[in-house]
Amino acid sequence: MKDRARWRIVAVLVVCAAVLAGGQTPPPIRIGFISPLSGAYAQNGRDILNGLLLYLEEAGYRMAGRPVQLVVEDDEAIPAVGLTKARKLIERDQVHLMAGALLSSTGYALAPYIDSVGIPMLYPVVSADDLTQRRRSRWIVRTGYSGSQPNHAFGEYAYRTLKLRRVATIALDYAFGWESVGGFARTFEAEGGRVVQKIWCPVSVHDFAPYLAQVSRTVDAVYALVLGRAALQFMRQYTEFGLKKRIPLIGAGTTTDEHVLPSMGDEAIGVMTALHYSAALDTPANRTFVAAYRGRYHRIPSYYAESMYTGAKWIAAAAGRVHGRVEDREAFMSALREVTVTDLPRGPVELDEYGNPIENVYVRKVERVNGELQNTVVATFPRVSQFWTYDPAGYLKQPLYSR
Amino acid sequence: MAARDGFGSRRIAVILIGAGLAAAGAFLGSYWLGLLTQILIFAVLAMSLDIMLGYTGLPSLGHAGLFGVAAYAVAVLTTAHHANVWVAAAAAVAIGALVSAALGLLVAHVRDVYFLMITLALGMVLWGLAYRWIPVTGGDNGIAGIPRLGGPVRAYYVTCVVFVVCSAAMALIVASPFGFTLRGIHENELRMRSLGLNTWLHCYISFVIAGVFASVSGVVWARYNGFVGPTYVDLTSSSEVFLMVTLGGPGTLVGPALGAAAIVLLKNVVSAYTDRWLLILGAAYIVTMLAAPDGLWNLRRARR
Repeated sequence: MKDRARWRIVAVLVVCAAVLAGGQTPPPIRIGFISPLSGAYAQNGRDILNGLLLYLEEAGYRMAGRPVQLVVEDDEAIPAVGLTKARKLIERDQVHLMAGALLSSTGYALAPYIDSVGIPMLYPVVSADDLTQRRRSRWIVRTGYSGSQPNHAFGEYAYRTLKLRRVATIALDYAFGWESVGGFARTFEAEGGRVVQKIWCPVSVHDFAPYLAQVSRTVDAVYALVLGRAALQFMRQYTEFGLKKRIPLIGAGTTTDEHVLPSMGDEAIGVMTALHYSAALDTPANRTFVAAYRGRYHRIPSYYAESMYTGAKWIAAAAGRVHGRVEDREAFMSALREVTVTDLPRGPVELDEYGNPIENVYVRKVERVNGELQNTVVATFPRVSQFWTYDPAGYLKQPLYSR
Repeated sequence: MAARDGFGSRRIAVILIGAGLAAAGAFLGSYWLGLLTQILIFAVLAMSLDIMLGYTGLPSLGHAGLFGVAAYAVAVLTTAHHANVWVAAAAAVAIGALVSAALGLLVAHVRDVYFLMITLALGMVLWGLAYRWIPVTGGDNGIAGIPRLGGPVRAYYVTCVVFVVCSAAMALIVASPFGFTLRGIHENELRMRSLGLNTWLHCYISFVIAGVFASVSGVVWARYNGFVGPTYVDLTSSSEVFLMVTLGGPGTLVGPALGAAAIVLLKNVVSAYTDRWLLILGAAYIVTMLAAPDGLWNLRRARR
């Protein structure tokens, strides 16, 4: 009991001290952040958080002259949990802005709630196409990419530059997989190529043997979409099956993303993928970012980390535009949609009127440089829109990519 | 005498809880009210499982599947078919009842571990449907945009009414002669059968009753969240409901409600303070299992 009383006094003193010390400073901008910090997607979620923390530390936890208070919650990669945590952040912690989420399912689950409470939210990673297409949300902007976006460019590149004609795809069987493969197949087949096989593996796949055994030996290349632990397993088994020597491997950005690349061996060398970022991108802004990230976390940044770092810069720019008055949600939301931020690690970015970035897409090839694997950029498609070269209105009339 | 005292204190407890629930809407902030709403929804689900698990002695590991069937039914009817929300709710409970009536035929003849295995398998089948029947369920993305129950206070009171009606109905069922036969089957099925009782039918009916109440909670959950997805239907959710019952005290109706409250609060409150909240949750389970193997609520009875 005595202990408790003592703690109470200490707590009161701390609060008094804080009030006295902080008497002059304006009230903080509260940012609520959610991502999976436990479970199978914890590393991806942690990378997103690291990107945010890196920016906040660089900025001294200040935006537009106001201190920033960050509240972090773990959504366990379960949409219902994400929804509960979002409610907690908005209704109890009274945050001015929400950021985060990793999985498409969480993204879709949060959107109606975010719209009903009218709190600006920034999705750094969630790539489900329809969030900025057929099921747009007034209060959400995205600074990452839409699943099919880099793959539209890659489909054309595969036909014209890589001279591929017949391709088999192996992808994880969920929305992100369908949209990536769908985007690739659309432009690849429009050029005249043919996706002769679409092989789908469950998201929880442990062994790729049954799927690799199905791959036709007459294709020019295999397109793979995997991530996390599955990516490591896939690379190893692709070599073990003797496919690496015979059929070139290409794929979506996550297959060789930096969140798994350091754990891969020589089996990854030569794999070509497309994404809006590569840690090996040779620009001053990216070199600075990679050096800072390495210094802080002792690993190379993945696109997840870069996405939230860019997202944080975006938030700061929007807060600056409304002179720190983030309480005016309408104005803050418009600012989030209208600002442009320069000197981003990934290169120039602007948001289209649907809230999705128009940005460069990089075709990358895994190489070993100075003993480390990296995604060397071999080609750049500048200013790629989520609609590729199609007319947005006509594009939106067509159904979303599915299996 | 003791029984009468118990009845009196029970009546006072019910009145106090009722008054507390009624007043909560006026005093609690929207966040805590939201948590209380979730607790009430899961309390109905846990109590429905307890009719099988605690009373009849049928351990089901697929209960979240039935919850999910109704939740998905509401979602599909209100979003794809734009049905009236009340019609959709009634239809969803009916669909939940039909599905449990159909599945009950497959499981009512087995007991113990076999019951556990078959319900687990059925739960996985329902999960598989939610996950792979993409044109209807949206697969991994789930279904968003279900009309919600309204603001936090309104949602809370609607849930409260559902909770009171359901728990009263379940209390009547377990206190009825039918409820006593269920307990009899739990104690000694052979003897019940030799008394001339059709134990298969009783087990079957208890499965369907549990399914109906699970459907009701599924409907409220879908309307409360405005979203359904395959994670609600999977094995983790089923085992969580199972834990609510075993933690709170099987064979009572108060116990599962208590367990639902404990788990929802632990999950949401502890996780706000530490990343290692799963560790705390696990430790809480282990301590309860060691210190109160019959659940928290039965601790009281054991002491006497």
